Amino acid sequence: MKSKFKALAIACALATMSVSAHAVTEISWWHSMAGALGDRVNGLADEFNKSQSEYKVTPVYKGAYDEAMAAAVAAYRAGNAPDILQVFEVGTATMMYSKGAIKPVSEVMKLAGEPFDPSSYVPAIGGYYAAPKGGGLLSLPFNSSTTVMFYNKDMFSKAGLDPNKPPVTWQELAVDAAKLKASGAKCAYTTTWQSWVELESFSTWHNVEFASRNNGFDGLDTRLKFNSPLHVKHIENLANWAKQGYFTYAGRKDEATSKFYAGECGILTGSSSSYADIAKNSKFKFGIATLPYYSDVPGAPQNTMIGGASLWVMGGKKNDEYKGVAKFFKFLSKPEVQAKWHQETGYLPTTIAAYEITKKSGFYDRNPGTDVPVKQMITKTTDKSRGIRLGNMPQIRTIIDEELENVWTGKITAKQALDTAVERGNLLLERFEKTNK
Amino acid sequence: MEKRARFKSAWLPYALVAPQIIVTLLFFVWPAVQAMYQSMLLQDAFGGYSEFVWFDNFRALFADSNYLASFKTTAIFSLLVAVLGLSLSLMLAAFADRVIKGASIYKTFLIWPYAVSPVVVGVLWTFMLSPTLGIVSNWLHHFGIEWNHVLNGRHAMILIVIAAVWKQVSYNFLFFLAGLQAIPKSLIEAAAIDGAGPVKRFRTIVFPLLSPTTFFLLVVNIVYAFFDTFAIIEATTQGGPGKDTEILVYKVFLDGFKGGDLGGAAAQSVVLMTIVIVLTVVQFKYVEKKVQYA
Repeated sequence: MKSKFKALAIACALATMSVSAHAVTEISWWHSMAGALGDRVNGLADEFNKSQSEYKVTPVYKGAYDEAMAAAVAAYRAGNAPDILQVFEVGTATMMYSKGAIKPVSEVMKLAGEPFDPSSYVPAIGGYYAAPKGGGLLSLPFNSSTTVMFYNKDMFSKAGLDPNKPPVTWQELAVDAAKLKASGAKCAYTTTWQSWVELESFSTWHNVEFASRNNGFDGLDTRLKFNSPLHVKHIENLANWAKQGYFTYAGRKDEATSKFYAGECGILTGSSSSYADIAKNSKFKFGIATLPYYSDVPGAPQNTMIGGASLWVMGGKKNDEYKGVAKFFKFLSKPEVQAKWHQETGYLPTTIAAYEITKKSGFYDRNPGTDVPVKQMITKTTDKSRGIRLGNMPQIRTIIDEELENVWTGKITAKQALDTAVERGNLLLERFEKTNK
Repeated sequence: MEKRARFKSAWLPYALVAPQIIVTLLFFVWPAVQAMYQSMLLQDAFGGYSEFVWFDNFRALFADSNYLASFKTTAIFSLLVAVLGLSLSLMLAAFADRVIKGASIYKTFLIWPYAVSPVVVGVLWTFMLSPTLGIVSNWLHHFGIEWNHVLNGRHAMILIVIAAVWKQVSYNFLFFLAGLQAIPKSLIEAAAIDGAGPVKRFRTIVFPLLSPTTFFLLVVNIVYAFFDTFAIIEATTQGGPGKDTEILVYKVFLDGFKGGDLGGAAAQSVVLMTIVIVLTVVQFKYVEKKVQYA
């Protein structure tokens, strides 16, 4: 923490120095893109900085999403918040209800006189970051991902399955997993981020509510609803499959991805942004398919849930800085910039124009399967499928992890686990409601 | 001959202890008071909303059966860390004390783990004990043990204890070694001449003479297990499976740092502070009676 403050102090000192030297407005951007993604973020800032001479965007890597957000909270309280902050999707409610700490993107654009059309965004993405009333955007969609299914074609062939026919429904997945298991696979099906895949995205994909008040979009008095018979049935199925050895639980985060690319598991559900990692590390042919669904549920499949992050503008800055931020956001929203980001990173194209450009360029034909997440998201969303926007969501996810782990170990039933998780999560929602009256 | 220093002026002794008092007030008392104040606030993450709620945060905590369960987890964990950590380091120190050739190499190797950050320690042990890829779990597989700390609560507890002890052993080792080397050789030699074997010499002479060191380390290790281990847990089990490895300090970290619930986390740290104060008082009141200061 101390070294962070020191680095911040030095960064601030440098920032003021260069302002006096070149008279350009400095825009600081805290993000969580490490490695190759971080290089790409620096590339975007460079490109923008070279395109004009009035503003200079400085990206700073601040650790993982939760660390960057904690750092921003501390910085805001000390009066040193950055201009732009990248926040993961589960932090959305915390950001939007924090009075004065943020400035909605639509307001920033209006202030700078930049024309801006929120409807150019893919509905499932734009809708997620839209204000409750009036429809203006609160934050700029930047890197969005969604839940997809990866499968090992070589293992499918070995198990006597058609490598070009991945399971489409959960019923089919169970049959295929049994065959994979019978062919000697150590692990048939596994998943990353169980709450996101098996409950959150599962809800929007089946067009059922995860929480009341349209998943929290209509107000703070929302309560969890993921203990419905459909949810219970799904978790029960998973528990049974775990007992029979068809489903292997690998951990709370993305531990399962490495199990998949090590060739251990035949089927993986997880983030579309794992594509780059899997393509780089796997020594077998793999396919990308849509998330499975229950064919007997009316309205399924609808659209999957978004993940990833968006860019928030912090409050209390000078007008000059807001103008610079608006110019930079304008640049980031350009279809060509978006399309390039999408193709290079595996994140979704956030605008429809970026998707069209990518489609025309033949990218999806050259990289089969990369359009699966886009197709899952581009469907029109319903009120129940627009996304999930709940306060204290990171903690609710932890509760879900804890309760589900007790199901996988056979300590409690699926019904007990989901009922308890709903009960415990609702206490957190009540608490959030109280602090954000 | 007068051995004791005497101060002639009235203010000099106060001036000499002033820096210590200022540091204590600034870095210990002030934050503790702040924590107590914050534990009665209901705040949003950015501090835009803040309400004084008296003891509501504490009431919410003690109404949560999971929080009460985590006391037991913490007790088991800190007991294991303190007992295993102390006995292992005492053993290593006793061995290192007898070594004559290459003693400094042994010492250097034993001190190394202390320089490693807790997160790295966690990642290292998770990697070695990873259910499928880990080298240690692979050995265990040959002995018929299916290691899986992702789903087995007992395995997860063993994992965090190993990682926590491994990191603390160096520190304990240093103190024990210094303590051992301060014991006059003549005492041990006299006992040897009287016919006492190595075990008896250790039990009747060395260990009693080491008791001040052991007592000091016991307090330090309990405080370490209570406050310094959240990074290891974050890197290995994240409190899981279920809540089997969620010790009190990890919940503080989770709620305060990751969840942005400062009031709740402050209430938990006040509870934690109280426990450690009580433990320390008990230790100094009862355990210290068994300590022989030379």
